[in-house]
Amino acid sequence: MNNAIALKSILTKEIQRFTRIWVQTLVPPAITISLYFVIFGSLIGSRIGEMGGFDYMSFIVPGLIMMSVITNSYSNVASSFFSAKWQRNVEEMLVAPVPNWVIVAGYVGGGMARGILVGLIVTLVSLLFVDIQIHNIWVIIATVSLTSATFALGGLINAIFAGSFDDISIIPTFILTPLTYLGGVFYSISLLPDFWQGVSQLNPIVYMVNAFRYGFLGVSDVSITTAFAVIGFFIITLFTIAMTLISKGIGLRS
Amino acid sequence: MTNALATYALQISSLEKTYKGGFQALKGIDLSVKQGDFFALLGPNGAGKSTTIGVITSLVNKTQGQVKVYGYDIDTDLEKAKSFIGLVPQEFNFNQFEPLMNILVNQAGYYGVDKKTAIARAEKYLKQLELWDKRNMPARTLSGGMKRRLMIARALMHEPQMLILDEPTAGVDIEIRRGMWDFLQTLNAQGITIILTTHYLEEAETLCRNIAIIDDGKIVENTSMKALLSKLDIETFVLDLAPFANEITLHDIGYRIIDDHTLEIDVQKTQNLNAVFEQLSAQGVEVLSMRNKSNRLEALFVNLISNKEPAKDANNKSEQEAK
Repeated sequence: MNNAIALKSILTKEIQRFTRIWVQTLVPPAITISLYFVIFGSLIGSRIGEMGGFDYMSFIVPGLIMMSVITNSYSNVASSFFSAKWQRNVEEMLVAPVPNWVIVAGYVGGGMARGILVGLIVTLVSLLFVDIQIHNIWVIIATVSLTSATFALGGLINAIFAGSFDDISIIPTFILTPLTYLGGVFYSISLLPDFWQGVSQLNPIVYMVNAFRYGFLGVSDVSITTAFAVIGFFIITLFTIAMTLISKGIGLRS
Repeated sequence: MTNALATYALQISSLEKTYKGGFQALKGIDLSVKQGDFFALLGPNGAGKSTTIGVITSLVNKTQGQVKVYGYDIDTDLEKAKSFIGLVPQEFNFNQFEPLMNILVNQAGYYGVDKKTAIARAEKYLKQLELWDKRNMPARTLSGGMKRRLMIARALMHEPQMLILDEPTAGVDIEIRRGMWDFLQTLNAQGITIILTTHYLEEAETLCRNIAIIDDGKIVENTSMKALLSKLDIETFVLDLAPFANEITLHDIGYRIIDDHTLEIDVQKTQNLNAVFEQLSAQGVEVLSMRNKSNRLEALFVNLISNKEPAKDANNKSEQEAK
């Protein structure tokens, strides 16, 4: 059994899926982010002044890119895997000699592909509004890759447990969006009172946004080493949970 | 890829399945299917056919028992066992939005078949199953019969040794159904073991050499089709007659006049057809042609799942219906 071919097949299927419906998957993030740039950057941002030593527009660009990556990585896997469950075409993989890690890697790879592609589109859009500087390209690549993997895994676990299409929108609406908005996309957590700074440090998205911002601007509210340790912890934990769920056939086998 | 040591394509022993909530779908099934067999698994709705197939293909977790596919135990060599099986499920379970070609090539990929080989095989099976013109269409645009054929093509993409079909001709018109029968017989002639569940008992009688009947989670019969049918000591023939004016009367034989040119007769093993023809000839009735009525298996099936003696009951039934 050639696992590389199986992995490539799942990955190809996933990429074909979101590119086939590009109007639904790739265009909306570009429009949404443009609005953020116009409203928060140009209109409101000019009155805010500097943040973290940079003009407000430059400060929020990395956070907005990361927000798009997080949202799209998560929703791609959540909707794709749940659709596969709902249409029962997930059985195509379950009856085949595909190891569970290949299924997980294939779907996560698909989520990462969409997240990173949307991130690139948003980056291109942002160039219309601001000059982007790069402090450390490797930190940018590592952060965006690991973060998209983390949230793709989260989307997969959500889809495994989901029993209806409503179930795959609950976590993004009630957990992911608040954590993202409170994750330092629009502000430096150093502006918060001590207590809320402490609370913010429990939010994993703070570490992802700040590591990503460090890659662009060279500034961060948290240690980069700590940020990668937190992301690594979440990837290992979520991967272990996803593997356990698929191995036991939770939501997949009766 | 075969296991030379395995005589059996499938061996199931003491298989039990209890679903959450306590429903026991399988109550200790023992079943063996030889390599190259064309095997029918029959049973009423809810008898346990699909659960059995689900366990074999790992879509259902068994509660107890052992399943071996070409000698490979699904508990210890699941991936190896899976590689021998091609599954055509009862429900359509492909992505309705994907083109046929993508569905087939991706499916082959899950079994490690490289893309070039997969495309060649997809072309071969799409042409054989008369779907080639639709290859770039989304699956949702196909008719019901085409979707069934697509699932057969998909199941063959990794060239399995054993094909399991769960009611493959449900809702398919007779012409396409017969085309599918020919296709399956060709596959079987090539050495592929075929396990079939169907509600069309004529289908099982026509295609299958061996049969198991499952009812209430238990195997109630497991034998060759020939041996099972021999349990019937009565056979029904349909006679096409030249139009006749006078009323037909037959002595010592069950019969039914269907219309003014069709007569059904029930012949017991101890009787011969000469006596029937002599009586008809004496009454000036001309027999144009004669054929078996394909309801023999149905009579046995109904009796087996009702725990009745098949042959005896079939006789009683025909006596009751006889004029």
